[in-house]
Amino acid sequence: MSRAVVHSAAGPSAAQLAEVALTAQEYADAVRRLGRHPNALELGILGALWSEHCSYKTSKALLRELPTQSPNVLQGPGENAGAVDIGGGLACVFKIESHNHPSAIEPYQGAATGVGGILRDVFTMGARPVALLDSLRFGPLDDPRQRYLFAGVVAGIGGYGNCIGVPTVGGEVYFDDGYRDNCIVNAMCVGVVDQRKLTRARAAGAGNIVLLVGADTGRDGIHGATFASVELDGSSHERRPAVQVGNPFLEKCLLEACLELAGRDGVVAMQDLGAAGLCGSAAELAHRGGCGIEIDVARVSRREQGMSPYDVVLSESQERMLIVVERDRVAEVETIFDRWDLHSDAVGVITDDAELVVLDGSDVVCRVPLDVLVDGAAERRPASARPKHLDRLLSTDPMSMKPRWNAEQALLLLLASPNLGSRRSIFRRYDHQVGDETVIGPGGDAALVRVHGGGTALAVSTDGNARYAALDPKAGAMIAVCEAARNVVATGAVPLAVTDCLNFGNPDKPEIYWQMQQAVAGVAEACRALGLPVVSGNVSLYNDTAGRSIDPTVVIGVVGLLDDLDRRCAAGFAVDNDIVAVVGPIGAELGGSEYQRIAFGVNAGPRPTLDLAQELAVQRFVREAIALGLLRSAHDCAEGGLAVAITESCLIGGRGARIGIDELDAHRENAAWEAGILFGECQSRFVVSFPRSSLMKLHEMAAHIGVPFRGLGATGGDRILVTGSIDVGLDEARRAYEGALEVA
Amino acid sequence: MKFGIAVFPGTWSDRDCAHAVTLAGHDPVMLWHKDADLRDVDCVILPGGFSYGDYLRCGAVARFAPLMQAVAGFAAAGGLVWGICNGFQILCEAHLLPGALTRNASMQFRCEPSWLRVENAGSPFTSGCARGEVLQIPVSHGEGRYVADPATLEMLETSGRVAFRYVSRDGAPVDGSSPNGSMHDIAGILSESGNVLGMMPHPERACEPLLGSADGMRLFQCVAALAGDRGTFITTGSR
Repeated sequence: MSRAVVHSAAGPSAAQLAEVALTAQEYADAVRRLGRHPNALELGILGALWSEHCSYKTSKALLRELPTQSPNVLQGPGENAGAVDIGGGLACVFKIESHNHPSAIEPYQGAATGVGGILRDVFTMGARPVALLDSLRFGPLDDPRQRYLFAGVVAGIGGYGNCIGVPTVGGEVYFDDGYRDNCIVNAMCVGVVDQRKLTRARAAGAGNIVLLVGADTGRDGIHGATFASVELDGSSHERRPAVQVGNPFLEKCLLEACLELAGRDGVVAMQDLGAAGLCGSAAELAHRGGCGIEIDVARVSRREQGMSPYDVVLSESQERMLIVVERDRVAEVETIFDRWDLHSDAVGVITDDAELVVLDGSDVVCRVPLDVLVDGAAERRPASARPKHLDRLLSTDPMSMKPRWNAEQALLLLLASPNLGSRRSIFRRYDHQVGDETVIGPGGDAALVRVHGGGTALAVSTDGNARYAALDPKAGAMIAVCEAARNVVATGAVPLAVTDCLNFGNPDKPEIYWQMQQAVAGVAEACRALGLPVVSGNVSLYNDTAGRSIDPTVVIGVVGLLDDLDRRCAAGFAVDNDIVAVVGPIGAELGGSEYQRIAFGVNAGPRPTLDLAQELAVQRFVREAIALGLLRSAHDCAEGGLAVAITESCLIGGRGARIGIDELDAHRENAAWEAGILFGECQSRFVVSFPRSSLMKLHEMAAHIGVPFRGLGATGGDRILVTGSIDVGLDEARRAYEGALEVA
Repeated sequence: MKFGIAVFPGTWSDRDCAHAVTLAGHDPVMLWHKDADLRDVDCVILPGGFSYGDYLRCGAVARFAPLMQAVAGFAAAGGLVWGICNGFQILCEAHLLPGALTRNASMQFRCEPSWLRVENAGSPFTSGCARGEVLQIPVSHGEGRYVADPATLEMLETSGRVAFRYVSRDGAPVDGSSPNGSMHDIAGILSESGNVLGMMPHPERACEPLLGSADGMRLFQCVAALAGDRGTFITTGSR
């Protein structure tokens, strides 16, 4: 049966094109591919699916450089989430995604629906979500608007995650001037599933029924995908209706029902409704499976009256799923939804004609080939240029500035910095324990989440330092990969795979596109060196307001596997009179450091050096030492350098340390040198502690693997002592550390 | 013995409670909110979560569930009913316990360790503990501030119906600075005959040293030991 679609005789006006964020060239491409003018509905659908948010048209070519394969990978990019084998017949399913634009307009709901969306990506694949992490960036907290955004985002994350009952176990937050106009809200979800129940969003079987389940469809979020693909401006707050509202209770019911469905005979595919709503999800579902799909909007339950087909297919109402079911299993599936008091509508069928057909009752209102919709957006390779100001920034010698404080004062200021201090005031507002699997919660390096009450655990971490990336986007991205992996290694786990969230400004600016090229190349190079495939991820562009762009912000999520929970490690010094040592280099590097930001208010000079071979060796050393039971603590040495890492291990463990660093004696008269050694952010470093009985073996291992390894002192007492430089009471350090975010 | 674990839409501690019961060596039986059937269990646990989304008021909708009608009858007949977090809120809404749970004094959700002093060691839930003993059991709630009128508070105090009180790590009084600002620092209360316990902290999260504390397991073991002695408290099977 071939029914004709209502055609449009003429093309749209410039204003109509702007409304759907298509260029004249893109429109011309669409007309050529369709052989006709699209009608108004088709134009809206094209605009949504060809938006940057859905099509990745500007980043696609770059993303092809990323390694995506390893023997553990069960599902790489292209599905709702990636999946890796974690043994015992189980898979770990995970992904990170941005919700920056909505959060900048309406922080609570923006963040809440970001959490809701990433949860759906994971349970759509049949996996039970076991952990959430959030990577956040705001402007400085002395600005009331930043405090409003920060408080709203934290409340939104808690509001959704606490209600749905998935623990929020980690993440990070940084405050920097560059995020004053555009906050960053990236949410990561990790789930676990029996591999036999791993479900794909790949439709198949002409005649199979398409069920739309969950919330009724309202007018909320129309053009959300296009909204996320343009710069914000002074009128952006008027786009608040483009921000959706979350209902975690409904999603909890949807989660349980979908997990009951996963792996059942007759359930062919599941796909959540996200950006571009019903038309986006239907098109992707059918296109992935190489078939076609027909949706009747008249069958969609609505929240309000008078909605046009345009409203229905482009609505981004939350908590909705599409399920493809064999015709004779529909009643069985509906019984499960009924049990959870969820409404389901049979809104369409799978066809074999590779088209998206939208009906409004008996009228055909849209008929577009799926390859045009899903793959049709022309890839863009904007002009690229290295920012000119970099030369000036990089020519600064960070060691030439004269410190204003002695080392003790600097340590306390760093501990009290909102970027380094305790995150307890945030994570105590998140349920990080529900599920009875959180072995190491927030506040250390990676979180450690036990698998199904057994003897193994997943180590999960997100990381990303935009200060390094601002100076050198490629190295910044490489360091983000290394540091997230290092956090995972600090628990004793083996890093398995990466999910990445790439946040940039407007790619039509040559400097921004250059940053993208550099950053993606950095992720690719570091992942190759560490043997980590990128199995899922997200790109967020147009993080600009009134022409100002964020610094390139590469957030890396790493999942690792600890195969013996008895051989785990935490960050705190656990026992008095253990030896404290540093694994990795000791040097004076202040470029890009938090010390530099606090002391001099700049971000300049060369970023910390990174040697990927050394990184790999250091990670291997720490992992093997933990596996052999030689270490009693391991802590990634990151922002704030050696002195802050040692102090954190003291604070977490509740005991002091006596430390001597020979390099400090080399230039006692040079205060910048002292700061560089104590607070410089050399990469590929861990602070570890261990009993005296481990010492010989560790030295042997270090020599064998070829990593710098040096004893610095011992644990114990109630002071943090660094000979000749620091003598601070544990209580004083704790007050500074715990007070860092109290203003919020 | 059989522990029944209620499942309302929005409940999320059901699986954790089942895990704890299994660790204690007993059988969890899931009780669906739409069924007024307690399936011969010896003790009903109303677990944590956001039943029916906790829209309107925490626990306000759950009290009308068919399952709760059966639970009320079971409690009236002397059966063991244990409300944890949202379960405590439901018990108050159902008037199986007096008072109410309101928004934390901090106006924020709190998930952190808490320390509970056992105030009544004679109940079927706490008889394995010593009076004055301090248990480490975490809290995780946004609306756990226990409030009641002065007469009710007086009655609870004088009749030994305060089961647990928040204290500091070393057992010292916290005088209002508990995780939620409860009146009299109350963390858990008992019904008049002692067979119904409501508590905000989550003992099912404190059943393994690996997860930070095993003090919660003491309560599960205590209930199990008592329920084995079927003369003391009735079971749903014996009705």
